[in-house]
Amino acid sequence: MKPQLRSLLGIEQLSTEQIESILALARRMNPNRPSQLLRGKRVALLFYESSTRTRTSFEFAAKTLGATTTLVIPVSSSIEKGESLIDTAWTVASLGADAIVTRHANSGAVYLLARYVEVPIVNAGDGMHQHPSQALLDALTITNHKKKLNGLRVVIVGDVYHSRVARSNAELLSRFGADIVFSGPADFVPEIAATIAPGVTTCPDLNIALQGADVVMALRVQKERLAGKDISLADYVADYQITPQRMKLAKPDAILMHPGPIIRGIELTSEVADGPQSCILEQVRNGVKTRMAILAMILGAAR
Amino acid sequence: MKDMDSLLIARGHVVDPASGVDQEMDVLLRNGLVVAVAAPGKLRGQASRTFNAKGCIVAPGFIDLHVHLREPGQAHKETIATGTGAAAAGGFTSVCAMPNTLPVNDSPEITRWTQSPERGALVNVFPIAAATVGSMGEKLTNFAALKRAGAVGVSDDGKPILDDRIMRDALRAAARLKIPVVQHAEDTPMTVGCSMNFGPMSFRLGVHGMTNAAESSIVERDVELARATGGHVHVAHISTREALDAVRRAKNDGVRVTAEVTPHHITLVDTNVGDFDTNFKMNPPLRSEADRAALIEGILDGAVDAIATDHAPHAFHEKQVEFERAAFGITGLETALAIAITVLYQHFDVPLTRIVELLSSNPAKIFHLKGRGTLAKGAHADVTIFDPRKRWAFDASQSRSKSKNTPFDGWSFSGKVVATIVGGKVVHEG
Repeated sequence: MKPQLRSLLGIEQLSTEQIESILALARRMNPNRPSQLLRGKRVALLFYESSTRTRTSFEFAAKTLGATTTLVIPVSSSIEKGESLIDTAWTVASLGADAIVTRHANSGAVYLLARYVEVPIVNAGDGMHQHPSQALLDALTITNHKKKLNGLRVVIVGDVYHSRVARSNAELLSRFGADIVFSGPADFVPEIAATIAPGVTTCPDLNIALQGADVVMALRVQKERLAGKDISLADYVADYQITPQRMKLAKPDAILMHPGPIIRGIELTSEVADGPQSCILEQVRNGVKTRMAILAMILGAAR
Repeated sequence: MKDMDSLLIARGHVVDPASGVDQEMDVLLRNGLVVAVAAPGKLRGQASRTFNAKGCIVAPGFIDLHVHLREPGQAHKETIATGTGAAAAGGFTSVCAMPNTLPVNDSPEITRWTQSPERGALVNVFPIAAATVGSMGEKLTNFAALKRAGAVGVSDDGKPILDDRIMRDALRAAARLKIPVVQHAEDTPMTVGCSMNFGPMSFRLGVHGMTNAAESSIVERDVELARATGGHVHVAHISTREALDAVRRAKNDGVRVTAEVTPHHITLVDTNVGDFDTNFKMNPPLRSEADRAALIEGILDGAVDAIATDHAPHAFHEKQVEFERAAFGITGLETALAIAITVLYQHFDVPLTRIVELLSSNPAKIFHLKGRGTLAKGAHADVTIFDPRKRWAFDASQSRSKSKNTPFDGWSFSGKVVATIVGGKVVHEG
C-alpha cells in the first residue's frame, strides 16, 4: 500500500517513505504521454503571488493526467474585494475543487487552509517557509546525476534567509544524509540558518564552500532585498556570483542548479547557466513530472 | 451581632503574605470590609451566612495588573462586563485595564467612563491611562488629572515610549504623583514585520523574529532613567533573560523597578507555535527554553514581582487568518491561577505564599491599591478561595470572555477557583 498523503504542506511533515514514493512515482511519469488517471478531478490553482514555472507546471501536470484546472488570482476575483484567505478557499472548495494548489506570500498560509478546509492542499510556496514540490523536483534532478544523496556536498548560494527553496531543500537533503552548506553574505545567511536541520553548516566564503561540492545551487537574489543591507549589488556579484572559475572549485562532475527565475549577470553568468554542468532546464522538466506524481498521490490515483 | 451583609469564610487555610498569616483561620467580612481573622470557630455565629472553605486556600483577592477589556471601541472582542466576568471566574477581584482602546484612554473622561457602574463590571476595574496623548509617544497626558479620575498608573502599552526625553519626563511626572509608568518594552523599529521570537523556530518557519535585544535594550534604558529620576518603572510582561537581568541588577542598586510575567511565558516556548497556530501568537512572543527558565528563576529569587495575564481577547476572524496577519494576543484570566499552581507550585515547588504574593499582595503594592492585596482587619473584602489540588480541564468554549483565543483549550490543570468575593459579595462560585 502506498503511504497516504492528504495534503502536501512542507518537507518536515513528509515521512522518508512518502518522499521516496513521490520520487519513484515521478520517475515513472511522462509529460509527453497524456493519461486519464485524474479524469473528472478538478484542481484549483489559488495563486496569491506571481509565478511562471510552478503554476504552469502544476497546470500541465494536472491536465496531462486528465484533470481540469482553474486559476484563481487576486486580480479580478473577490480577493480584490477583501475576501479573506479562508473564505476564498472555502468558496473554491464548495465550487467543487478536489485539491487546492496554493501559493501565498505569508509563511504558513497553507497550514491555515489545511486546518480548516476539507479539501487537500498542495503548497506551491508559502512566504519564506516551504516550497516542497521544488525540493522534490530538485531531489529528482540530483538523483538523475548522482547515485545517492547520502554524503553529497550541496552548496546553496545566495539569499537563504528569504528562501523557501533553501529551507525545503535543506530539510529534504538532510533527511537523506547530504551535507548542506549555505553560503552568502551575513544578511542572507545568518548563523541561525545552520539550525534548520542536521548536517547544515554556513560558510560566508563561497570559494571555500565550493571546494569538493557535488551540487551547486544558486538562489535568486532580489535587488530590492539588497537595499539597506551591508552589501552592494557589485559586492554580491564579486563575492557570490557563480562563474566558470568558481565552478572549477567544485568537483569536476558537479552539477549546477537554480530554482529560477535566473537573473543572468547577478547570481550566475550565462557561461555557467548555459554550460554543460547546468541542470536548470532539466529541473523545469522534472517539475512537471514531480507535480504529476504529487497530484496523483494527493488525489488517490497513484498506482 | 448578626448582620444581613456579613459572610464568614470558615475552616479555610488563610494565606495572607502581607500579614504573615499561613494557617487555618476563619475570616469575617462585613459591609465590604474584612472585620476579623481568627482561629477556627472563634467567629461562629457572627455572620448571616457561612462559606465552608474546608480544604481550600483563602487568599486576598487576586489583582491582575495587565488586562485589555477592549471598551470603549472594540466591544466585538470584549466588554468590561464580559472581561470582568472572566476575571471573576479566574479568581481576580481587581483588574487594571490598559488604555489602548478606541479611542485611547488618555483623558479623565474615558478613565471615569470605564469605572462607571453602567459598564456592569463584576470586579474592581482600575484604569491605567495613556502616558502620552493618543499613545503617540510625543506629548505627556495630564497625569494628575488622570490620577484624580481614578487612574492607577500610566502606560502606552503596545506602543512603547521610545523617546528618551519623553520617558524621562514621564517618570519624573509619575514620581511626583507616586504612580508607576508601565512600559511595554519593545524597540519597535527593530521588530517591524516580526510575528514571533527570533530563533531556530522562526528561521525554520520563515517568519521574521523579534530578538531578545529588542526587549532588553528598552528595559536597560528604562532602569537607567528610573535611576536618574527616582521614578518607578514597571516592566510589563517581561519575557527575556537579558531584560530580567537588567531588572535584577537595578533592584540591587535600589532603583524603583518592578516586573510582571505572564502565565504563558512561564509555560510555553516558541516551538509551541507548531504549525503556525495563531493562538500562540502574542507580543512579547513566546521565547526560548532558556528565557522561560530564567523567568522561573526570577520568580524564585524575587526578581519578578507579579504574575499578570496580558489578557488580550480577539474575535475569531481576527485570529483565523494567515499567522503573520493575525492579531497579537491571547486570553488569560481564567487560566492564570491554574498555570501558577500547575507549573510553579507543583512542578517548581514555588510555595503557595509566594504565588499569592505574585497574584495579590505585590500587585497591590506596585500600583498602591490601598486596602487590597491583604486580608488584614479593615481591608476591602476582596477574597479568592481556591483548591490547589482540584484537577480540571479548561474548555475555551465555556469561557466567560467574549473571545476564545487561548492556547490552553483542553489543557488539564491542578488548582481551581472555588469562589471569588468582591467587596464581600460572592461574584463567582466554581
